[in-house]
Amino acid sequence: MDKILKMVAQRLALGVGTLFVVSLIIFGAVQLLPGDLAEAILGQAATEETVAAFRRELQLDLPAHERYLNWLFGILQGDLGRSLANQREISELIGKRLLNTLFLAGMAAAISVPLAVTLGVLAALYRNSFFDRMVNMATLTTISFPEFFVAYILVLILAVNIGMFPSISNVSSDLDFWDRVYRSFLPALTLTLVVVAHMMRMTRAAIINLLASPYIEMASLKGIKRARIITHHALPNALSPIINVIVINLAFLIVGVVIVEVVFVYPGLGQLMVDSVSKRDIPVVQACSLIFAATYVLLNLTADILSILSNPRLMHPR
Amino acid sequence: MEDFVKLMRSSPWSARFGMAVILFYVVVAVFAPLISPYGETEIVGSEFEVWGGAFLLGTDNLGRDMFTRMVYGARNTIGIAFATTCLAFLIGGFFGLMAAALGGWVDQVLSRLVDILMALPPLIFALLLLAILGTSIPVLIGVIAVLDSTRVYRLARAVAMNIAVLDYVEVARLRGEGLLWIIRREILPNSLPPLVAEFGLRFCFVFLFIAALSFLGLGIQPPTADWGSMVRDNATLITYGDITPLLPAGAIALLTVGVNFVVDWFLHKTAGLRDDQ
Repeated sequence: MDKILKMVAQRLALGVGTLFVVSLIIFGAVQLLPGDLAEAILGQAATEETVAAFRRELQLDLPAHERYLNWLFGILQGDLGRSLANQREISELIGKRLLNTLFLAGMAAAISVPLAVTLGVLAALYRNSFFDRMVNMATLTTISFPEFFVAYILVLILAVNIGMFPSISNVSSDLDFWDRVYRSFLPALTLTLVVVAHMMRMTRAAIINLLASPYIEMASLKGIKRARIITHHALPNALSPIINVIVINLAFLIVGVVIVEVVFVYPGLGQLMVDSVSKRDIPVVQACSLIFAATYVLLNLTADILSILSNPRLMHPR
Repeated sequence: MEDFVKLMRSSPWSARFGMAVILFYVVVAVFAPLISPYGETEIVGSEFEVWGGAFLLGTDNLGRDMFTRMVYGARNTIGIAFATTCLAFLIGGFFGLMAAALGGWVDQVLSRLVDILMALPPLIFALLLLAILGTSIPVLIGVIAVLDSTRVYRLARAVAMNIAVLDYVEVARLRGEGLLWIIRREILPNSLPPLVAEFGLRFCFVFLFIAALSFLGLGIQPPTADWGSMVRDNATLITYGDITPLLPAGAIALLTVGVNFVVDWFLHKTAGLRDDQ
């Protein structure tokens, strides 16, 4: 037990370290600007005085490490600073949008994970059959599609031709749960189609790897039924790679959300980030990057810890 | 030549399809000015004209010929993606082989640097950098090439590591050959097959990545014809059941499918490497 705790603590420390470095990069990237933020935003035409005043307002006259520490401690206390475009509190801008984005990603995950795992197990079981080849071809094709292509095909078929779902998902907080699900169905379906292919292929590969191992052959030589081999012998050992695959794809989902949100004008964090990039509203972009990156790092960390917990061999590294 | 014919004969239909698609795109991209009836940014009619007549695929949101824009889009979108992938391979491949050949602290420093760059999702990192540096084609190519070179670095280093410990490399070292000579003459030729396959996959990734950024309005900027931004500009048509905006998106999808099919076949041929992907 001690060993598990120690391993988990180690990974957690590593995760916190990674987050720290990520925050350094996100803050430090602004230093890449020729000149500084004030000059870049006000442009060539600005007078010396306005630039200097703006600099004071952004606290750019402080040394970089001091600004970084202020920024970091502000974030830890929930203060993300102010937007340059409209002077509003960033935490206020982000709050509801973050919930919307998490709702969308969660919905896509709830559809895609069971679907991908089932398809993956089936494809592995009936390996090299017609079904396997069809699924293989279909997934290779969807992996190659840009997200917006999938999205617009779905809009054309399900929203315009059949008229089943709205093509724009304008959710707001006063909707009840099912109405919300209905309105975000198309974006969730798009995300599902995009990640299912990856998850399914990796699940298939994990199971096939396992079915080739000697103890499975032994089990089938003993005359155990195929279904029992799968559920009692293969699945417990395949759990660790499958969990890994799922969590990694959830991390992928968090990023894929950006494009899908723009297509469906879904009021989420991704759309806010894209808008802010085109307005060059750098504090907002930094805050969004930090949230996305933190989610990504945390999910990868979860994958790490879960795979240690589900695979005792990893607890005794050689 | 005979080998080549034999190789083509043995290829599955999916790989042949892929090669035909790639060839078609290359021809269109190279001969764009000869194929297209109008100029790239020329306004020739009113907005959103229907298919047929003087305009094969109608006109776009500013009254430019859609077919012409599609043809020039092949040139711009593929050209930029190809240049970016090449740059990513130059950077990633060079440092990867370097790290494997030198080992020691060089390897440590480079690998930790790559770990850090890979801790952030590439799309988010790219958005952050584009917000800071502004959007222009050189910035776009540079940012994506650097972000993508981390993946190339990982693979090149892993492949070259296995080769750098082989006897003939040791012999070359004892013979007193220089580092660059060893990389170029001993390590590089033997690590080529997986790198070539990776080039196809990375090209697909970069191509989709740039298309996505252009679709978001942050990639290739107007008036340059580009498939990603063409989807964005004409997206309103979709609500009237018009499939025109799907054409550039489909063009992107078709090329990536083609490249993936060829890479898939290539990987099967070279000893089942990365069979799981």
